[in-house]
Amino acid sequence: MKVEPSWYLVLSALLFTIGVAGVLIRRNAIVLFMCVELMLNSVNLSFIAFSKLNGDLNGQILSFFVMVVAAAEVVVGLGILVAIFRKRSSTSVDDVNLLKG
Amino acid sequence: MTALHAGTVLAATTSAQRAELIFFIVLAPLSVVTALGMVLNRHAVYSALLLVVNFFCLAAFYVFLQAQFLAAVQVIVYAGAVMVLFLFVLMLLGISREDVLRETIRGQRPAAAILVVLLLAGTMWALFAHPFSGPGVDLTRVANNDNVRAIGQLLFTRYVFAFETTGLLLVVAAVGALVLAKRHMRARARGGATREAAAPQGAAREEEPVP
Repeated sequence: MKVEPSWYLVLSALLFTIGVAGVLIRRNAIVLFMCVELMLNSVNLSFIAFSKLNGDLNGQILSFFVMVVAAAEVVVGLGILVAIFRKRSSTSVDDVNLLKG
Repeated sequence: MTALHAGTVLAATTSAQRAELIFFIVLAPLSVVTALGMVLNRHAVYSALLLVVNFFCLAAFYVFLQAQFLAAVQVIVYAGAVMVLFLFVLMLLGISREDVLRETIRGQRPAAAILVVLLLAGTMWALFAHPFSGPGVDLTRVANNDNVRAIGQLLFTRYVFAFETTGLLLVVAAVGALVLAKRHMRARARGGATREAAAPQGAAREEEPVP
């Protein structure tokens, strides 16, 4: 019995689902960002598992680009979060309701 | 002699596979548990620390999937830089109190649970109905026994435009974060005694140079 690359795909699907659940359930914007990071990481894991499965390094390259974009996203997102916190002194996404009809 | 060599190679591969199996059995539940703990924990700092453990688990998986370079990048960029940034913001905003857990939108939690179960069922169906079976390819041969060199060669030949674009993206992100922080510093410096009168004007005037 040995570890198949498809096991990593199942694990990646589980982690992605947990991240989605976090985004849907939690209200704290920082925790929301962490859940988004979890989802991006699970997608990276599936990219790398597919890379192993197909013997193709392009999956690893794509995973690398996902990491770069995630880093940029975190920088800008946390900047916006700090700006919102200074205006509203809250990080709950439900308090940012200016567009509410 | 060749039979002996083949036998030792076979033994070596099986022991490596056994090690991978043991690590997977330990680390896969650990990563799922830390992810669940991150979602369910009410303290954001504990969530961040659990996420760090999760990132280290993923880095170990990357090593077993023969992505050594990405395992190093995962530890340096995610477990290092990104999580330090998260913790900095947590400390900066001083969120030591627990998260409010009341529902503000009626029926959101049940709807979320249903959607999550549907998503999990859909992905599992996709994975098990059309199974991606196969032992996988030994990437050391594809990468010519040097993962970092192979990735570098791909990155600077076929993907050089995308690589430069991500550099531009990072510059834009850094400048954007700076602008977001600096606008508030200026607004705060201008505020004070005449804050009520000056703030709308100042805010309107500061919007102009940004685009």
